Amino acid sequence: MTDKSLISITDFSREEILRIMELAAEFERDSSQQTLQGKIVASLFFEPSTRTRLSFESAANRLGASVIGFSEPGNTSVTKGESFHDTIMTVANYSDIIVMRTNLEGAPRYASEISRVPIVNAGDGANQHPTQTLLDLYSILKTQNRLDGISIMLVGDLKYGRTVHSLIQALAEFGARFTLVAPRELELPQEYKDFLHERGLTFVETTEIGQEIGNVDIVYMTRVQRERFSDTMEYERVKNVYVLRNEMLAGTRPNLRILHPLPRVNEIAVDVDSNPKAYYFEQTENGVYVRMAIMSYLLGLK
Amino acid sequence: MKHDKKLEVTAIENGTVIDHIPAASLFKIIDILRLDKETHRITFGTNMESKRMGTKAIIKINDRYCAPEEINRIALVAPNAVVNIIEDYAVTKKLQVEVPDEIRGFAKCANPKCITNHEQMGTAFKVVRGVDGRGEPSLKCCYCEKVTYLDQLQIIK
Repeated sequence: MTDKSLISITDFSREEILRIMELAAEFERDSSQQTLQGKIVASLFFEPSTRTRLSFESAANRLGASVIGFSEPGNTSVTKGESFHDTIMTVANYSDIIVMRTNLEGAPRYASEISRVPIVNAGDGANQHPTQTLLDLYSILKTQNRLDGISIMLVGDLKYGRTVHSLIQALAEFGARFTLVAPRELELPQEYKDFLHERGLTFVETTEIGQEIGNVDIVYMTRVQRERFSDTMEYERVKNVYVLRNEMLAGTRPNLRILHPLPRVNEIAVDVDSNPKAYYFEQTENGVYVRMAIMSYLLGLK
Repeated sequence: MKHDKKLEVTAIENGTVIDHIPAASLFKIIDILRLDKETHRITFGTNMESKRMGTKAIIKINDRYCAPEEINRIALVAPNAVVNIIEDYAVTKKLQVEVPDEIRGFAKCANPKCITNHEQMGTAFKVVRGVDGRGEPSLKCCYCEKVTYLDQLQIIK
């Protein structure tokens, strides 16, 4: 029973994370609970994001809430030069909870300080995307029947990938073992390595997927983007190294599952899709249950 | 030519003297304490000789006593500064500045995409150590969560 905001994954304790997992499972068993009947969810997408917005709006509708908002800032008061502050103060008077995606980093934190209704961060620039992390955790829990002591391989852009950073922070609470696979230019920032060291967690760094894939429970793929490279020659050299193909899954653990925050471009070959170990589409379905759980929890209705 | 034995900067009767400021930090401190907006009589000295520091700067503010929390703001750019409270030409209190755990209002976040650089709002940072690999304090923005290193520090005017 709470009335708080979710801005950064570190805002939630281990107990709160587990509570969200429990609630998500409850909504998965019965997705027609009208927990938010009569409530209004404001969905403010200052930066477009089709997948996240639809997932939130689907969750709100399933809970019986009405949704107001915008999917991009064009044709709104924002383009007339209204401050972010004034937009939030106004929308807080029209709604019971605000879901927002911004390109400016820290904007949801600021909103949570001035708004009288809870704020859910649906992604702020390269900073945080906590609802993605919670749905990643739920997908891990569902496929492995546990969160403690998972062996996970994170592949691709570990430098700029915010989903990777938040997932590492969250899984550290559960004593995970990490294998970090990235090109030198995109390796995990030092602050996150320090974070793991401080908690006494082991991690292996490598530049190729290699044999280690046989020793993990989860492979978390991310996209290696051309624009992240200062040296385009380097990009050409590595772009195919971080592609997961079906034949690489031979001999892997039976409980292995492949996760990806999506959208995918070419980092998972389409021949993986039909492998039962591919889990990225189920992962998006889990997103709806997790967001139902988050909104109900933040409003103190569950 | 006659040499007068004179103090480089004259003593003040009442007020605050901030000593042992790195010469390079003087103008940052003027901004942090907003001394450019002050109406009290102030004397600045810079590139002065210092046995300990080589060169140093000094600030003497007449008839104004700075509160410790105000003074601690300068610790980021002048960690060894000493603040002397002067009453009737005598030092009545000597304060060593301390780096605070939290900083509000005067430092600018180095992240151009941070909300604080786009809205009319105050900034807020947690002071963290070790992230620069040298053990010096750095500022972690409470909004965008990015770190501003001391050598990037700009003061909001």
